[in-house]
Amino acid sequence: MSVTRSLAHDAAALHVTGAAHYVDDIPTPRGTLHLAFGLSTVAAGTLDAMDLEPVRAAAGVVAVLTAADLPFANDVSASAHDEPLLATDRVHYAGQPVFLVVATSHLAARRAARLGEIRITATDPILGIDDALAADARFEDGPRVYGRGAPEAAIAGAPHKVSGRLHIGGQEHFYLEGQAALALPQEGGDMVVHSSTQHPTEIQHKVAEALGLPMHGVRVETRRMGGGFGGKESQGNALAVACAVAAHRTGRPCKMRYDRDDDMTVTGKRHDFRIDYAVGFDADGVVQGIEFTHYARCGWAQDLSLPVADRAMLHADNAYHLPNVRITSHRLRTHTQSATAFRGFGGPQGMLGIERVMDHIATHLGRDPLDVRRANFYRDAQGPDYPPQDIPPRDPPRTDRDLASRGAPPDAPAHVPAPPAGTQTTPYHQAVTDCIIGALTRKLAQTADYDTRRRAVADWNAANPLLKRGIALTPVKFGISFTLTHLNQAGALVHVYQDGSIHLNHGGTEMGQGLFQKVAQVAAARFGVDVAQVRITATDTGKVPNTSATAASSGSDLNGMAVQAACDTIRDRIAAHLAERHQADPSDVRFAEGRVTTAGGDYSFAEAARSAYENRISLSATGFYRTPGIEWDRIKGRGRPFFYFAYGAAVTEVVIDTLTGENRILRADILHDAGASLNPAIDIGQIEGGYVQGAGWLTTEELVWDDAGRLRTHAPSTYKIPAFSDRPDVFNVALWDAPNREDTVYRSKAVGEPPLMLGISAFAALADAVRSCGPAYGDLQAPATAEAVLAAIGRARNGV
Amino acid sequence: MDIAFRLNGETVELHDVAPTTTLLDWLREDRGLTGTKEGCNEGDCGACTVMITDADGARALNACILFLPQLDGKAVRTVEGIAAPDGTLHPVQRQMIDHHGSQCGFCTPGFIVAMATAHLNGATDHDVQLAGNLCRCTGYAPILRAARAAQGAPVPAHMRDAPLPNGQNTAGGDAAGGRGGQPPRHLHPANSDELARWYADHPDATLVAGATDVGLWVTKEFRDLGPLAFLNRCVDLRGITQDDDTIRIGAMTTLTELEVAMAPLHPSFAAMIRRYGSVQVRNAATIGGNIANGSPIGDGPPALIALGATLHLRRGDTRRRMPLEDFFLDYGRQDRAPGEFVEAIAIPRQRDSLRCYKLSKRFDQDISAVCGGLSITGDGTTITGARLAFGGMAATPRRAAHAEAAMIGQPWSEATIRAAMDGLTRDFTPLSDMRASAAYRMQTARNMLLRYFHDAGGAPVSVQGISA
Repeated sequence: MSVTRSLAHDAAALHVTGAAHYVDDIPTPRGTLHLAFGLSTVAAGTLDAMDLEPVRAAAGVVAVLTAADLPFANDVSASAHDEPLLATDRVHYAGQPVFLVVATSHLAARRAARLGEIRITATDPILGIDDALAADARFEDGPRVYGRGAPEAAIAGAPHKVSGRLHIGGQEHFYLEGQAALALPQEGGDMVVHSSTQHPTEIQHKVAEALGLPMHGVRVETRRMGGGFGGKESQGNALAVACAVAAHRTGRPCKMRYDRDDDMTVTGKRHDFRIDYAVGFDADGVVQGIEFTHYARCGWAQDLSLPVADRAMLHADNAYHLPNVRITSHRLRTHTQSATAFRGFGGPQGMLGIERVMDHIATHLGRDPLDVRRANFYRDAQGPDYPPQDIPPRDPPRTDRDLASRGAPPDAPAHVPAPPAGTQTTPYHQAVTDCIIGALTRKLAQTADYDTRRRAVADWNAANPLLKRGIALTPVKFGISFTLTHLNQAGALVHVYQDGSIHLNHGGTEMGQGLFQKVAQVAAARFGVDVAQVRITATDTGKVPNTSATAASSGSDLNGMAVQAACDTIRDRIAAHLAERHQADPSDVRFAEGRVTTAGGDYSFAEAARSAYENRISLSATGFYRTPGIEWDRIKGRGRPFFYFAYGAAVTEVVIDTLTGENRILRADILHDAGASLNPAIDIGQIEGGYVQGAGWLTTEELVWDDAGRLRTHAPSTYKIPAFSDRPDVFNVALWDAPNREDTVYRSKAVGEPPLMLGISAFAALADAVRSCGPAYGDLQAPATAEAVLAAIGRARNGV
Repeated sequence: MDIAFRLNGETVELHDVAPTTTLLDWLREDRGLTGTKEGCNEGDCGACTVMITDADGARALNACILFLPQLDGKAVRTVEGIAAPDGTLHPVQRQMIDHHGSQCGFCTPGFIVAMATAHLNGATDHDVQLAGNLCRCTGYAPILRAARAAQGAPVPAHMRDAPLPNGQNTAGGDAAGGRGGQPPRHLHPANSDELARWYADHPDATLVAGATDVGLWVTKEFRDLGPLAFLNRCVDLRGITQDDDTIRIGAMTTLTELEVAMAPLHPSFAAMIRRYGSVQVRNAATIGGNIANGSPIGDGPPALIALGATLHLRRGDTRRRMPLEDFFLDYGRQDRAPGEFVEAIAIPRQRDSLRCYKLSKRFDQDISAVCGGLSITGDGTTITGARLAFGGMAATPRRAAHAEAAMIGQPWSEATIRAAMDGLTRDFTPLSDMRASAAYRMQTARNMLLRYFHDAGGAPVSVQGISA
């Protein structure tokens, strides 16, 4: 069967020959125009005047547009209509698009965009978390608070307590393909848009608003992205809308791609956080009570910040049962890029908070951090998961919001499922009934030889004054589903042609994660044919409508099920047809190894398809899926936001230089839960890549803004993602390989985001190495650059 | 300008090309070869890697900062030319598919060309060969597996490009412009004498050697460079000659060539050069450019200053020399007259006591926060000489006079080193920027002296030397 096989990525042969087309590679019609934004260099102020004559006079310039030239909506927000395509009376960050150049070449547009004179009366920008708190600059009226029990009393009554503060830096996506869009005007004012986006429906919606068209007037196509990582969930809106508006105005195709520096200057990144914590615990390190305060720096516009900050709260427990807990979350508005989705979507920050607490407790008690972690794990599941309940439909939603975006504010649900009695629950009252973290970490500790290596590290450190090693095992428990419940739906469209070849389409987008191949493997399995018979086609809002973003790790879960449903519809029709012909029971018709067989009949799949066609049986079907059993009240912080949890753990060993803080990952061992994997090779690829990306976030990737709010790290020369030699020398990755307890597609589990948080083990290992440098708590901050490590070594030695 | 080169085996002749057209833009926009990708447009990501073959062999370069005139007479191979003409995949392509080495695929063409070039050259030090190719999806592990799996495979015949025969390249001083009796605006000199004559008359010109920095003036800053001289035909400015006293390095010597030459003489310098940019950058970048550019960090200058190198300058027929440290006057200002260019750098032969310590956020392909070139000599008990040069600590690469003075004549001991560390505090007042804070720069520069002490004593001092 095609599922569970380690087939290559569907486009691998195109990738290695350079034949795979990305948006900028699509051959353009003659006369195509190219766009670039003129950007504010000031973080905050009023926009007084613009002299754009030098821009208009520059070679190759066809038009220059400002906010006043936009025919309809001047809005590219994914949530609160607070993000104009072009600035109006105020500027809100250094890098904000202010005017739009339309020119005959990419170079001409970029060159001309530098020539505009933007006069701004600058005001004092709100840049940092303290600035924003002082100014009470925030999204939502006040902080969100989730929790249960009596944390203050529990902390006060605990035999031990520590408190602390952790700064967590943001992260630039650094998708290798920058943002890009191409708009092609059609007859009757319609528009076709090719966009490098994780969310074609969102692009369709924003372009339709900008052109004053119903959504049927806009068709968006996305064949592939050169990486997304969340950075193309909402950040492609501006380019697509700009292209569409310019194409509408000029009647010519318009293309826009950001130069890398512009891309990094204009677009949002992972939220940086500050997390304050206070925890009380017993002599074994078991948490009695804990309080977290999250401060999320959201930037200038709301974008997806509310659900990001929510998800950080929803992962403040990670894999640990916290009986008395309060999580308070401030969503702060600053004059910086509007922070956005990034693989993990707040989960990594929330999780790093509790992992840091575990390390702090262990240091305080002088114990191995792994013992403290184990003492706090949720109990492993024994019985079956509680079954999905029937949940009554919601009331009709308000219509003034962007329904297909994660940024939409949900209404409170009519019903929130109660967890079964006697189960351990999360701080948001969801029962944890599928936990495997105890067994998983036991197996990993064994295969990675944790105990022996822990002793070897101590011996080595005793013998080496300048260099120190560290080792850490950290767990991951990541909730799977969009927390905006209605987004947990997907559609698919499947055609079977007379020759037995299969055309497959669904709402998910391909950004490298192998979604297309995994879903094609599902389709091939349903029809019992080789995957080569299945052609996966570009995501297209004209084929499958009203799609959710390919995000929240949901791609395979949702689209795989929708495709399965569509395939099964066609398969059942073929089966019924052949059963009738052979006087057999349709349920006895078998689809396997390229044959369709029943008692008295044996057909190739193509013959079966042809027979169905000749007998006027439809060979085309849509499929639809919605995740059962989830309902969530984000205001109260109660319910079952997640269908299930994905688990994993990593052991990382590092070495640090106590003279410079330089550091290196020596070895990583990972055991990760992808359920019954649809494609082990692709899933392992997600795990290896996620780990390195997560470790990069917490080590070398440092975003630096200057005092005026200008991002100083806006190119790969200054912003350092992991390079080839930064991968662990020894890198062992294995799958837990047990079926999902929930009824997902072939019992697989989502694998896009969870492995990123395995990188936290690198941070914890660095903290462990710092711990060997002195008696005091090193208080390592993130990212653990060489400079941050050296500072922590100083604190460990000197106790300050 | 008129130029000719081979592209994936076919000869291409171009007339009147704008001299700052990059190979990447030309491939994608004029030629419709979109396999080569733009990831950063500044030579830092490798997505645009192409293979260039000339008389010295095949090497990987970044097409985004390679101007068309630099290709004159050479052979270019892009990702579209890596599979055989009959479509048979190259071993590295086959292995990348089989080992799941591509995810989003956008960096893949650059990796394929870098891997195929290394494969052609028999290079198996993959950490070095692929340090200039960024991938955001895979974590690199499957790419390494693919590179290793392809190692033994025979090199496909079509990969062995030949440059154009001598004389078939069309550029030259007389052909570089000069229509209708106008003097040529741009020059493609055949040798350094021609360059010297022309540059003295055109002191406003920009000299283009490897273009790893000048490229960014064009792609990022849109600077008007004035008249241009492309130096790639000035082979007499290239190469390393040694006699009993001196190692003379021609200004057009690439960092790759310098690394090879330094490995037996000053291995720590060679190890540091191996971290200068990436293979693609070192294959293009020249030591003359590295010096003349006047970067306050530069990486090459601190080491060369510590070695007591002498800079050779030429203007017209006039030549002069100076200690390298005297060349750097202030931030962005060097002791170089209009029309004068770097001809060579000369290092006195000496017993190796040089240690180069490069400190950056990322080990590979990162600009230093602090770069120390340290050379301490003695008679076994007493320090008799110290040349301590630092980049990243001041507006120019500079020696640490107080720290040196605190060492000379003192016993070789940790106490002496610590006294010198305090001297360093008087030598420098570093700045804070996106790479590091002033305090961190000072602390680590001081600690570099301590590291030297332990390093000389044979203790492990680098995290790079440690394995699991």
